[in-house]
Amino acid sequence: VIDTDVIERTLEVALQTGAEFAEVYAEDKRNTSVALDDGRIEQVTSGRDRGAGIRVIKGDTTGFAHTSDLSEAGLASAARAAAEAASRGGGGSRTVALTAASERQVNTVGQRPEAVAKTSKVELLNRIDAAARAAGSEIVQVSAGYADSRKRVLVANSDGLLAGDDITRVMTRISVVATGDTGMQTGYQSMGHTVGWELFDPASDLYVDVEQLARDAARQALVKLKARPAPSGAMPVVIRNGTGGVLFHEACGHGLEADHIQKGASVYAGKVGELVASPLVTLVDDGTLAGEWGTLAIDDEGHATQRNVLIENGVLTDYMWDYLRARKDGRAPSGNGRRQSYMHLPMVRMTNTFVLDGDDDPDDIVAATEHGVYIAELGGGSVNTASGDFVFGMREAYLIENGRITEPLREGNLIGNGPQVLRDIDMLANDFAMGSPGTCGKDGQGVPVGDGQPTLRVKSLTIGGTAA
Amino acid sequence: MTATLSRSAESADGADLLAIVDRVVAQAQPGEQIEAFVSRGGDTEVRVYEGEVEHFVSAQSEGIGVRVIVDGRTGFAYAGTLEPAAIAEVLAEARDNVQFGTIDEWAALADPDGVAQTDQVLWNDELAEYATERKIELAKQLERLTLDTDSRVRVDDSNYADAFGEAAVATTTGIRQWGRENGCYVSVSTLADDGDETQTGFGFSVGRSPEAFDLAKAAREAADRATRLLGAVKPASKRTTVVLDPFVTAQFLSIIASTLNGEAVVKGRSLFKERLGDAVAPAWVSLVDDPTNPLAYTATDVDGEGLAARRNSLIEGGVLKQFVHNSYSARRAATVSTGNAVRGGFAGTPGVGALALHLVPGTRSQDELIAGIDEGLLVQSVQGIHSGVNTISGDFSTGAAGLMIRNGAVAEPVREFTIASTLQRMLLDIVEVGGDVDWLPMRAAGVSLVVTDVTMSGA
Repeated sequence: VIDTDVIERTLEVALQTGAEFAEVYAEDKRNTSVALDDGRIEQVTSGRDRGAGIRVIKGDTTGFAHTSDLSEAGLASAARAAAEAASRGGGGSRTVALTAASERQVNTVGQRPEAVAKTSKVELLNRIDAAARAAGSEIVQVSAGYADSRKRVLVANSDGLLAGDDITRVMTRISVVATGDTGMQTGYQSMGHTVGWELFDPASDLYVDVEQLARDAARQALVKLKARPAPSGAMPVVIRNGTGGVLFHEACGHGLEADHIQKGASVYAGKVGELVASPLVTLVDDGTLAGEWGTLAIDDEGHATQRNVLIENGVLTDYMWDYLRARKDGRAPSGNGRRQSYMHLPMVRMTNTFVLDGDDDPDDIVAATEHGVYIAELGGGSVNTASGDFVFGMREAYLIENGRITEPLREGNLIGNGPQVLRDIDMLANDFAMGSPGTCGKDGQGVPVGDGQPTLRVKSLTIGGTAA
Repeated sequence: MTATLSRSAESADGADLLAIVDRVVAQAQPGEQIEAFVSRGGDTEVRVYEGEVEHFVSAQSEGIGVRVIVDGRTGFAYAGTLEPAAIAEVLAEARDNVQFGTIDEWAALADPDGVAQTDQVLWNDELAEYATERKIELAKQLERLTLDTDSRVRVDDSNYADAFGEAAVATTTGIRQWGRENGCYVSVSTLADDGDETQTGFGFSVGRSPEAFDLAKAAREAADRATRLLGAVKPASKRTTVVLDPFVTAQFLSIIASTLNGEAVVKGRSLFKERLGDAVAPAWVSLVDDPTNPLAYTATDVDGEGLAARRNSLIEGGVLKQFVHNSYSARRAATVSTGNAVRGGFAGTPGVGALALHLVPGTRSQDELIAGIDEGLLVQSVQGIHSGVNTISGDFSTGAAGLMIRNGAVAEPVREFTIASTLQRMLLDIVEVGGDVDWLPMRAAGVSLVVTDVTMSGA
């Protein structure tokens, strides 16, 4: 995207006010998306975003500026703005020599999506629409989306780091509305991977049958037409494999981000080495899993992503770190410095966060539950890291009565307290699966993340329904 | 282009941006409708922590989006730059994308409708010229004020932020608009500790100019929100009457607005789709979308398609009067646009949405409302409103924190529970609207709201 000597000179401009650290992050992103709604291809969209963000750190102050002008003059102007922002005086000069890191590949792209005809992408959505509508006459509305993107990234900093990545993502989503005597109900499914168009080829490893995805979304809406109001109050909750990663994302993931830790704004601060969860729980954040939604070769500060064990057999082993917080703590970053785009400052973020398998048989977990709720699909969630209170929605759920899954339930939120819920996980199955693609929001920035978990039971969670 | 907050990129009449959209639109072929939208803006964000600047972000961005409609088929493309070569590529891509669209007999750009604009003062020179050092000082001052309120309070971050932007839109149907605006806010996030327990709060103040800030109020609210939850317990489950704090009511109204969205109505996704003329709330409830009210933070003179923004009465005396529409949903519904096209920026086409909602206020203060309640709950904050609310089925369930109400006064703090009902029921169950309107930095104004028969799920 930009010549190495131009980047070196840009970093030198950024260091002119005596800063200790300067960084250039440049990206060039192209995307194509198709939207289907109400039986029509409403729109094909082509987008292009290109620019650079320049970060300068002096003492405890970070200055940041960005520009969509990638000429040397444009970069220098942004570098001066960032340097000025980080510093109100002082001065100095440093030279920067960049050493290119060897390109590491964690994701492979079989068929470049941008080389696939737009008609194929349109056709994919038409198949989804037809499959969902064929699921029942109660299906009255379908909307679906397809999106692919290719983002080329370059990161360089005054420590001499020079690294790059080339990230391709493909995703589809489907929303269905069904109507019956009880009003309208909705179903939703999505899937996405950091791979190419081969995702839709039955021969590929991560192959997804989009028509099956559409039928699943339709089934969810149809089932809920017969749903009764969700119960109100605390009870055991069983969460199906591959749908409940958001539980850990909220219950402890955010609370293990070093920025919250350093400000004493997390219930997990000062707890390394302590038992913070049921001994059944081993929690990992891994940015290197080939093809997963949160996978990257390097994080957005140029550091190689890695597999980080956060909780091992219930004991807190480490937090997640970006450059800034690792520097403050005098340790190495963990490959968790991420940003939404060149217009944003990096901060500590998760990649793919998941809980490893236990020993239980998933059917035994349901059978062992006298009365409770079975969640077949979770929705989104959010957490207050300082108090530990977190919520997440249930998109598809059922009552468990006498060890059997019975009536479907209407939607609602569940609420719990992170440290308590981690201790209350009393059964963990051996059927690990990754979940659907997520977008994690923090401080106004969204980044793609993955999650996963085996079927598990929480001894007690509060279900926010309306039934007694 | 510079990346500092200067007004060199800013023109007082929009001549350069209008020239860009005019040039794109002038390239229309016979039978082709073209809309060009360009925007340019910037923002400053200062974050202070423990008396020092933690970060200072100064940024500018610009871009163009082009929509082309031919014989009922729509194509769209955008780019985050205004370089001439990129603009040409965007137009070519949008044209290429047209062929893949399905024919939609209602697809068309907005036609000028002759509705007069209400002039608004959306630009403040004082803010545009406000010195950087003073912005930093405001964030530092807010942090100090907050720390001074209570020894149990820590500050997670204290912020000053401002933004300015200008945008131009032109179409082959004769729309041609340019406008600019700026605004600023300060905010502070707090932590309050008591032993092992930590609770959080926030406070903010917004304005077209820093002179409008009330730092003392922001500091006091941020401290109060956190400290009054200390010692909170998980309450027992029961049905009760809730008083929604103005900030919570504003979030509730934003959800109600999505059920009154004309696009949801014409596509069969609104639970109020066949209810025009029905009583959907008690007679004392009136809901208005009025972006022409200068008190509204989101006040504007034109909507996302360049039509005049206007006052629309959605629920009047409890009766559902009207949905909000852009030109597309209006055409499908055989009505006219209500000036409610919303645009997220140059990277998307206009959708439909309320611009500046408010409930017609009652007369009583929050304390007076509480004084009339024997047993209930004051909801200070909600959590997970997007994961537990389904605007199509109407199910409403959200995490909450607040204070119990006993014998007409607030009592013990409570947390880690949910409140639930349905959107339809909650509108019907409104007992009273407070008189304490608060113009928040959202698309809906806050006001205390009393709703009965809400299920509280706790222990």
